[in-house]
Amino acid sequence: MTLNDWTREAASEGLRGYNYGFMDEGAKKEVRRSLLKAVAIPGYQVPFGSPEMPVARGWGTGGLQITLSLVVPDDVLKVIDQGCDGSVNAVNIKKFVNRVAGVEITADTEAASVIQTRHRIPEERMSEAQILVLQVPYPEALREVEPSEMETRRMHAEADYARMWLHLYEDIVRFGEISISYRYPVMINGRYIMDPSPIPRWDVPKLDMADTLFLFGAGREKRIYAVPPHTRVEPLEFDDHPFRVEQFPVACTRCGSTDSYLDEIIDDANGRRSYYCSDTGYCDKRSA
Amino acid sequence: MNPLLKARNLTKLFGKGCSQCLEQTGPDQETNLCPRCGTVVACADVSFDLYPNEVLGIVGESGSGKSTLVRMTHFEWEATSGELYLSKDVLPENLARQLADEDDPYTQNLLTLSSFQQRQVRNALMGMVYQNPYLGLRMNVSSGGNIAERLLGAGWRHIGKMRDRAASLLEKTEISPARMDEPPKNFSGGMQQRVQIAKALSNNPQLLLLDEVTTGLDLSVQARVLDLIRSLQREFQLSLLVVSHDLGVINLLCTRTMVMKYGRTVEAGLTDQILQDPQHRYTQLLVASRL
Repeated sequence: MTLNDWTREAASEGLRGYNYGFMDEGAKKEVRRSLLKAVAIPGYQVPFGSPEMPVARGWGTGGLQITLSLVVPDDVLKVIDQGCDGSVNAVNIKKFVNRVAGVEITADTEAASVIQTRHRIPEERMSEAQILVLQVPYPEALREVEPSEMETRRMHAEADYARMWLHLYEDIVRFGEISISYRYPVMINGRYIMDPSPIPRWDVPKLDMADTLFLFGAGREKRIYAVPPHTRVEPLEFDDHPFRVEQFPVACTRCGSTDSYLDEIIDDANGRRSYYCSDTGYCDKRSA
Repeated sequence: MNPLLKARNLTKLFGKGCSQCLEQTGPDQETNLCPRCGTVVACADVSFDLYPNEVLGIVGESGSGKSTLVRMTHFEWEATSGELYLSKDVLPENLARQLADEDDPYTQNLLTLSSFQQRQVRNALMGMVYQNPYLGLRMNVSSGGNIAERLLGAGWRHIGKMRDRAASLLEKTEISPARMDEPPKNFSGGMQQRVQIAKALSNNPQLLLLDEVTTGLDLSVQARVLDLIRSLQREFQLSLLVVSHDLGVINLLCTRTMVMKYGRTVEAGLTDQILQDPQHRYTQLLVASRL
């Protein structure tokens, strides 16, 4: 599809008066400028306007705005919600972007040029031609230890991260290991501590020295940040308490995968537990 | 011997300030409130030298500017004007290179550094103990964690080593290492003060700042804390800046003393001299009113 095709179709489809990509050009430009700054300073949270979207804030508007300001008509879009291509939120966002930007939709990670995701990174390794857009509820990794925004900004500016480390120290003293299961804080390029969005620990190593550009959008909190390709992303760890990812002692019931992140499903009728890949696109491909 | 720390003309005004502030306030005018513009002159033109391994006392009534002076030295409060120089010998090499010219034995004026650099200097060689343990400690974090915070700030990343260090410091300050994972809010006032001292010592400081450390503790506990400070000072060869309104504390700890009133130094000299033969009217009053 070309832009002219979309314009012609949109005129007859009840989209008359809407700009390509729903947002007006000024708003898209602002998002793109924030993205450029975010890529230039890996891990730094760039404030942006975050106008109203046709979904409520907190339902992926940050990611949606990034996606809308990036796509062109011949892009192929995949949207996942906790690994799943078929959840309501993912389907709605997909349909919306398809309608207002004319992009093709896919569930295949390899076929997509842009992937918008909530809380997972696909299992298949992404290439340098692809972009992953992550939806972020809480962009500030230091919020756990410091409620004041002014103070967290100062801490970032001065790389004053002792309190974050202290938080992890206390965790180890109390529980014998770091008890953070998702939103595991990471150090970007040896400079900023960053919230990788609520991805499980399993996905954190995929950010390190990746081929792909990762863009993070927090619509409600009005922040954009990024991890450029080939950037060091180190989970915070101690010399005697190294970072660990989740261990699964079983294989996926459906596709038999032993190297993917699994969801535990309990059968309501008989109470039996079984495990399935959280990344449905990956599981479908292996089962086909 | 060269001073470890040189402070020159430290001044702190609270308010917008005017040209008359310094002339219209001070011990002679018996006020620190500028009658023209209402600015509080907390500290004005205070200079001192602190030598290695020396204990310098600052005494004065409440509101005389002694705590302000310490807060400025610890970079907590920004000075309105003044200079602070550290001897290059005590700084770690990388900091010394950053902050001083090659042939200059002292750093540049520390008060004009960025707060990032000031924190580096503070982490490298300063420790602070406050009158109120709530200011110096995180009451909900374990005592060991409180001590580890300083070490984490200095780049330590080994839990076992940090815990060993915390345990040995707590032992030095007479707290059972068995209680290191308890938060200080569970402890008595005297114990909290000793945890604070352990925290202040965690980074092997050259310079320890003590702001009314024994005020509010009962007498027997006061004596133990003072004994502890004295023995630690000898063991670690510390330079101490001791702020107190209590001449007994000053007498026990300090070799030299500065007397402050309305933000000015009114008298300075050897502690014995000041206590036996006070020259300034205010010092005489202070010594005479000793219980």
